[in-house]
Amino acid sequence: MEKEIKIRIRDLHKSFGKKNVLNGVNLDLYKGESLVVIGGSGTGKSVLIKCIQGLLTPDSGSIEIDDIEIVNENPDVIDRMHSKMGMLFQGGALFDSLTVWENVAFDLIQNRGFNKKEAKIVAVKVLRQVGLTEDIADLYPSELSGGMQKRVGLARAVITRPEIIFFDEPTTGLDPIMADVINDLIIESAKDLGATTLTITHDMASARKIADKIAMLYQGKIIWYGTVKDLDKTTNPYVRQFINGSSKGPIKVEK
Amino acid sequence: MIIRLGEAFLRTLGKPLVKFLYSLGDLTAFVVKAIYHCFVPPFYFKLFFKQVLDIGFYSLPVVGLTTLFAGMVIALQTYSGFSGFKAESVIASVVLISVTRELAPVLSALMVAGRIGAAMAAEIGTMRVTEQIDALVTLSTNPFKYLVAPRLWAGLLVLPLLVLVGDIIGIFGGYVVGVYKLGFNPANYITATFQDLQYIGIISGLVKAAVFGFIISMMGCYHGYKSKGGAQGVGNATTNAVVSSSILILIFNYLITEMFFSR
Repeated sequence: MEKEIKIRIRDLHKSFGKKNVLNGVNLDLYKGESLVVIGGSGTGKSVLIKCIQGLLTPDSGSIEIDDIEIVNENPDVIDRMHSKMGMLFQGGALFDSLTVWENVAFDLIQNRGFNKKEAKIVAVKVLRQVGLTEDIADLYPSELSGGMQKRVGLARAVITRPEIIFFDEPTTGLDPIMADVINDLIIESAKDLGATTLTITHDMASARKIADKIAMLYQGKIIWYGTVKDLDKTTNPYVRQFINGSSKGPIKVEK
Repeated sequence: MIIRLGEAFLRTLGKPLVKFLYSLGDLTAFVVKAIYHCFVPPFYFKLFFKQVLDIGFYSLPVVGLTTLFAGMVIALQTYSGFSGFKAESVIASVVLISVTRELAPVLSALMVAGRIGAAMAAEIGTMRVTEQIDALVTLSTNPFKYLVAPRLWAGLLVLPLLVLVGDIIGIFGGYVVGVYKLGFNPANYITATFQDLQYIGIISGLVKAAVFGFIISMMGCYHGYKSKGGAQGVGNATTNAVVSSSILILIFNYLITEMFFSR
């Protein structure tokens, strides 16, 4: 039986002024699968994820989530989509003015009718799942280390048990050990929820660990798509250059 | 040659004009969207009261000091300028009119623009560049309702109250100088003040305050919301919020005065 497509992207274009960032992206994300989009800085990875989330409006093309078109749809449709999604932002994007547990429980309190007491109990439980103790619940995000902030961001992304989770550069700025801890937590939470995940990263160790499928974005197009095993066998010169981290090859970097 | 020069001239003129028109359109769209979300639930009352405290209560010392010295200096200047006239009633009247109609609303608004407009732009701007506003959207919370609407309501409703307090303190400043420095009779000074009390003067001052409060919050939110480019972008947003709200306050001050008092 063919797998169910959770997110279908067709011929997606987005430009800022004269700069074409997305130049006809086609991508399918299957239910329960972990897709990692790799690519250099400035290739449009973040723009892609923001288009899917409705944070940016594409110039043309189609994005369907559970067969529902979201491009140029009214805010109610996009809001309903958001209730199915969770997102871990690159810098955590925790609200400075709220405590750790209020950050984690934000959606529960604002949109799901939880009172503060119930919400705090759930938040502390989820914080424990990501390896944080109860005593940090009443601290403010600025009092935490980068790794802890990422974990709090992860707790906030998974607390509503979303069907789709987005990870924006989840290991950037972390030491290799903390990066691996975050990778493990991503795998665990996705497995636990049975969620479909889309990660964008340029950290190949992280990509290899968490991906079922990998897609490479270059000059606004998906130029390669396959499994982690395929990645090591591919002869695509762009992919080879990227995974080997070489400055010599078809990918030209402006100096 | 002439045609080419003409083209170059038009191009030089055209670029800033197009940029200006784009900014104006962008601001108008933002204002319309912000006002719409002020009237559409959900309403975040807790955030509104927090803003009331920030804009109102914590601005009291600044507004109090500003209007106190404004009232005092007007009394002193009027005395030196009008010393040949019947001083007591003239000074009480000039202090009353200038404080309630102009000094309290305009100076309080300018002080609050520096204090609150800048803080709003910095806070919302930081939220923008650290993706906290994107995070709000992904958590099914509309940033206009959550961040902008409570600030607009608070600015609109709280500044008139602040100015009312400023009116009283400013008139008291005039009284202090009149009685303790210039040696007027306290009872006569107070009687002269109340004799000249006109509702139109106070009401026009409060209408101005409401408009100024709205302008301060709107500019703070707009520049913060649109800021980009990290710390420098947030810095620019803060400066732009204070400068644009100060200029708009002075323009609208004239327009409202014209509306109330031109015959």
